[in-house]
Amino acid sequence: MIELLASHYAYVLVFVVLGIGLYMTIASQNLVKKLIGVNLFQSAIFLFFVATAYVEGGRAPILKTGTDAPLASPLPQVIVLTAIVVGIALTAVGLALIVRIHGEYGTLREDTLREVRTDE
Amino acid sequence: MSSLETLVVLLIVAPILLSLAPIALGLRYDRVGWPVATITTAGLFAAVLALASDVFVAEGTNREVARIHVLGNFEAPMGIELVADPLSTLIALLITGTAFGVLLHTRTNGPRGNTFYTAYLLLVGGLLGITLTGDVFNLFVFLEITSLATYALVASGDGPESAVAALKYLILGTVAASLYLMGVGLLFMGTGTLNMADLAATIPTLESQNVTLARAGLAFIVIGFAVKVAQWPLHSWQPDAYQHAPDGVTPVIAALVSTASAYALGRVLFGVYGPEFVASTPNASTVVVTIGCLSVVAGSTLAVIQRDVMRLLAYSSVSQFGLIVAAYGVLTDQALSGALIHLVGHGLTKAGLFVAVGWIAIAHGARTVDEYAGLAGRQPFVAGAMAVLLLSLVGIPPSVGFVGKWYIALGAVEAQAWPVAAVILFSTMLTLAYVARLLETMYVTPPLDSAAEPAYDTPAATDGGHSSSSIATRKSVPLGTLTVLVLAAVLAVALGFAGELFVDVLEPFLESVLEVSS
Repeated sequence: MIELLASHYAYVLVFVVLGIGLYMTIASQNLVKKLIGVNLFQSAIFLFFVATAYVEGGRAPILKTGTDAPLASPLPQVIVLTAIVVGIALTAVGLALIVRIHGEYGTLREDTLREVRTDE
Repeated sequence: MSSLETLVVLLIVAPILLSLAPIALGLRYDRVGWPVATITTAGLFAAVLALASDVFVAEGTNREVARIHVLGNFEAPMGIELVADPLSTLIALLITGTAFGVLLHTRTNGPRGNTFYTAYLLLVGGLLGITLTGDVFNLFVFLEITSLATYALVASGDGPESAVAALKYLILGTVAASLYLMGVGLLFMGTGTLNMADLAATIPTLESQNVTLARAGLAFIVIGFAVKVAQWPLHSWQPDAYQHAPDGVTPVIAALVSTASAYALGRVLFGVYGPEFVASTPNASTVVVTIGCLSVVAGSTLAVIQRDVMRLLAYSSVSQFGLIVAAYGVLTDQALSGALIHLVGHGLTKAGLFVAVGWIAIAHGARTVDEYAGLAGRQPFVAGAMAVLLLSLVGIPPSVGFVGKWYIALGAVEAQAWPVAAVILFSTMLTLAYVARLLETMYVTPPLDSAAEPAYDTPAATDGGHSSSSIATRKSVPLGTLTVLVLAAVLAVALGFAGELFVDVLEPFLESVLEVSS
């Protein structure tokens, strides 16, 4: 068990970050913090991809002669780059919506928001 | 490479590139958005028709029939490919047809402004991407393109409520898409490939530890899609999003976005994992069936108690998609073809219904069931089309809703999945309950007096800015809206007679699925 943890600590870390992100998304009353939680959740998944691609003693996947060290797979890195771009777009849209909500209701807290909306 | 294979990539590239045109041309000309969007979607529809006429008549199994575009000439499994096989072509036909039809409706009613049409074209591009992609990671990217466009469209509604609805949708949708990505990551760890066809070939040959990885991936993917398809209890974003989106936008979101996600779930379950792997995974099909059945019951029950017509139809979507997901879980070819017919039929029906409901809300300011009193007398065509579509939703023969439910029920009985069969019967009765209430109000209840205030206090009723909140006046229906409604109603009945045709069209896909499993 300890051995497994020592060799797979990256995965443990990933799932801790994943849990924190999901908890923040669900439990935080502040809309901005919720969005940060979503970002954390996504980042954990990006880290997961990076962790899967790690090769002990591997080298960059560039073809050249001289070394015969194993190549690291470039695909997870490419996937993560794409997913980061998608994540940035989502964060931007989310923040724009939050700005609009703040402008209309004057609050960022979800519980206050609920009260204001039921009052109307 | 033949010209048809180039068409496949153009179907995705054209709407995404042309989505920039309304903004760019808008700098110089006003009101350029609608013509650009209409010409684009009409072109896409024609292109899909050309593709369909080729794919549907071809003989052979799935991969032989399919028109495959290899992007950048990097052959699969290293490169990315776009696949137009009978199933994806059918869904692409539905998407482009509905997108074109709804544009006719938005000409006079819809949200105006060039940015709206930019988001609209992005949405169409993303949806076609979901449909045609042959790569599980690209599916994630297209899911997010679609979602981003949808968030923007929902948020463009009047009032701050739509921003709240859109943010709720964004947070849930992003978590769902991330869960799907996690599933793809686990699947990639287990198999080392992302290409759907390659995955389908690799998964049955996996060894012990990799099987576990693929199964964990399956769990993440199913839950991710359960949010996207709005399955109970993960549906809570959907009624808000449907209600607060602009009235011209709801038809396309309601008819297409969840449909494309449900199609993608079916694709992954059957085209990638294959029925045998799902059946051999402990409890997998039970979980999928349970999610579906619970959604059917919860969705119909919630729909029965709604007063707002848009929310009623939104909860009805939860239940109808529950039926489709439950049919996926049954894992027989009868139920699968039933699910796919229901997918197309439901998309068509809901598009028509939301066009009608949206127009009534704009023209009359009527949003609750009670305010529909006397609709049939004032608007015979709209009410008639709505009645046909509502009956198709219940599953009265000879409508397309009946054919889908019939095949699902047949498959459920064949597989001895009695809960599914019972749930279909139960949900049909509940559907009848809310449909009958709406029909009765439209046809039997006399119209409310226009001078009298409604007895209840609903803020939504005064949203339209009309002095009268009931249907007291006769307003002429715009030609575009009327065309869409009549077409939807006629198709809902005509496709009901074409159940056999559907099964013939889907046969190559079903055959190849069964080939993998046997």
